[in-house]
Amino acid sequence: MMALYAGYFLFSLFGVDPYVAILILGPLFFCLGYALQRFVIAPISFGKEQNVLLVTLALSIILDNLALFLWTSTTRSIDVSYAENLVDVGVTMVALPRLVALGAAIVIGLLFWLLMTWTDLGKAIRAVARERQGARIVGISVDHIFAMSFGIGTACVAIAACLLLPTFYVTPQVGNAFILIAFTTVVLGGMGSFIGALVAGLLLGIVEALSGILLGESLGQIGIFLIFILVLLFRPTGLFGQRAL
Amino acid sequence: MAVLEVEGVSKRFGGLLAVSEVALRVDSGRITALIGPNGAGKTTLFAIIAGFIPPDRGVVRFDGRDITGMPAHGICRLGLVRTFQIVRPFAGLTVRANIAVGMHLREPVRRRALERAELIARQVGMEAMLDTPAQGLTTAGRKRLELARALATQPKLLLLDEVMAGLVPAEVGELVAMIRGIRDSGVTVLLIEHVMQAVMSLSDDVYVLNNGRIIAHGAPNEIAANGEVIEAYLGHGAAGRIEARSADA
Amino acid sequence: MKRRGFDAQLLVLLALGLFFLALPQFIHSSFWLGFWTMALFFALLGQSWNVLGGFGGQISFGHAVFFGTGAYMSAVLQVKFGIDAWTSAAVAVGAGALVGAFIGAVSFRYGLRGSYFALVTLAFAEVFRVLVNAWDFTGAGFGMLIALKPGAANLQFVDRVWFYYLILALVAITLAIAWWIEHSRFGAYLIAVREDEDAAQALGINCFRVKLAAITLSAALAALAGIFYMQYFLFVDSHIAYGPAMSINALLAPMIGGMGTVLGPLIGAVALGGLSEFTSAAIGKTPGVNLLAYGILLLIILRFLPNGLMGLFRGRA
Repeated sequence: MMALYAGYFLFSLFGVDPYVAILILGPLFFCLGYALQRFVIAPISFGKEQNVLLVTLALSIILDNLALFLWTSTTRSIDVSYAENLVDVGVTMVALPRLVALGAAIVIGLLFWLLMTWTDLGKAIRAVARERQGARIVGISVDHIFAMSFGIGTACVAIAACLLLPTFYVTPQVGNAFILIAFTTVVLGGMGSFIGALVAGLLLGIVEALSGILLGESLGQIGIFLIFILVLLFRPTGLFGQRAL
Repeated sequence: MAVLEVEGVSKRFGGLLAVSEVALRVDSGRITALIGPNGAGKTTLFAIIAGFIPPDRGVVRFDGRDITGMPAHGICRLGLVRTFQIVRPFAGLTVRANIAVGMHLREPVRRRALERAELIARQVGMEAMLDTPAQGLTTAGRKRLELARALATQPKLLLLDEVMAGLVPAEVGELVAMIRGIRDSGVTVLLIEHVMQAVMSLSDDVYVLNNGRIIAHGAPNEIAANGEVIEAYLGHGAAGRIEARSADA
Repeated sequence: MKRRGFDAQLLVLLALGLFFLALPQFIHSSFWLGFWTMALFFALLGQSWNVLGGFGGQISFGHAVFFGTGAYMSAVLQVKFGIDAWTSAAVAVGAGALVGAFIGAVSFRYGLRGSYFALVTLAFAEVFRVLVNAWDFTGAGFGMLIALKPGAANLQFVDRVWFYYLILALVAITLAIAWWIEHSRFGAYLIAVREDEDAAQALGINCFRVKLAAITLSAALAALAGIFYMQYFLFVDSHIAYGPAMSINALLAPMIGGMGTVLGPLIGAVALGGLSEFTSAAIGKTPGVNLLAYGILLLIILRFLPNGLMGLFRGRA
């Protein structure tokens, strides 16, 4: 939500195209995420899982309502010339921004996989995830790694927002819809699997579209929530995950 | 009279055969010890007996009744209770409240459970710490609390998992006397132990587990002289070396 | 020493009871009557959350699913079936309890804990929200409106002060329930499950049944709050009833006041109400200011007073 507003203001005040904004907002939100995890979330939660849940809840309450307070609930959107452009992909016509988003998602997924497999940072992240104390013993700063992971996550979110901006609207509540979608994608794809996230994302997109058609606009939203519940109950490892809860 | 009978119990975790064809028998009123090197499968066996893990094969009988696969809380109600190797106190509660939770298995009234918890605390020498929060206790205190809580459920069979670990010799001595007292009050005890001083002085009967298999069974002094047992702890050929040394001396 | 603590708490409860009973005598504006009524309403909602989240340690992010069921069920029974308000209320409480039992049975049977349980409750709340919003029988996008028919038989009161006494009675019931939890075997088992499920199991506690009972009780109380809301405002829609806002309201009071305590949710609700009035006076009634202040307060409490405001009093003893 924050990133959507940032992108919106970059465009409406400075005329920055959303795709160009990726280069600005990506790094910016990375830093914000890093700082948030390192200096706010970690110290306040003392590392306990239950507390992290509550602290991030408190933060989301603050950010949602800060946005509401500063920018009111007026719906905003941007107008770019190419938003309506259609691309012929052979079987049908697809809106250009959506195609760009698909391409970007695949590229980023690939970059992540490269990051996790080949770089020291990626190995450190995997090490910390698997065995926190052991990672400390070999000299990895766990606090730093947590912050890096969080920062990478927020940078991703910012990029997603820029990709979404041409065809989506901006309100303070817009982020809420994505919470469960994001969690469902991760849980369905399997923890720690990027292929899983991509595949799950595609599947959920199909589910959302189909349930919208079959059940109607308002009832259609239910598809994703039901999948979330069902996956957690019956297949918590997801499609490609190695670890259950 | 056998209080506990384990027959042919096996458990595999992926590629690891943690417990293999284990058979043992604990007689009423006796203290039986289960020893063996680290990683032998002792705690896994306890978890199977107490109902936390189902075995792949085999039967566990308590007082003649088949309890294989029963849920842990059900087995506890029947009178078989275990303690944990890594103690698990209810950290936020006082010693009295901790013991009361165990007491509640047989005592539904809160006030009486709290009162009777005090008696149990006295039995294990913790009456001074009744109102201390559990997280403020020392290792020795936490071990005693774990024991006290288990005792409060009025068990017929008590499974103690390394209850002496981390204690200094004086504390070990106290706990040995306490466990003897518990046995004398009618509770049968099966204990996992590494502290040999406790095993030797307490147990009537010893089983030795290595790599998931029972390799020896007998009275404590027989086990101490058993070559295979010595090799399990000290390594291949150790029995021969020790014999050679004592022959020279 | 234990005896003194025991009596002190009863004394405090008694004093509070007298205070709240006498309060209407000193209030001369409908504004302040409304303030205290709503503060007590949030205390009721918070108490319901506290049973499951505070005492039971199962954090729920979707308590609105029980609240909304109470509200919608009582509305539907009155409006669509013409059943009287009191019977509808009784049935609605049952419906809430049923939803609680269902969600609990399903979640706990499959071992959901911590963040996953919290998110699953949120998911269920969203499912219900979408359902009542799409279904004409529950008013679809227009929500449910109960006709204004003042009279005790209709659970609507001409003199608003009776709503105050009603919510006070309901809060008193939840205080009694919380007190009972602290002094009963069920409560001891619930707290043991919260602290360490495996250790609890090893002492003969059927953790599934304990958690199931807790969520059912919690849901019934939340439904009660929903029913009150419905009678007080005579209107709900899917966002009010099942939306994240009400779920967040449910957990704020206990977290601020002190989770797992008898008085925590009440103190928290009053504190939040006071904070709300303060920010309105200081900054104005801009949307978002209230919750912004709440979020900041929550962060402060999490950092400095992890046991909530009650931690200030407990520290002394």
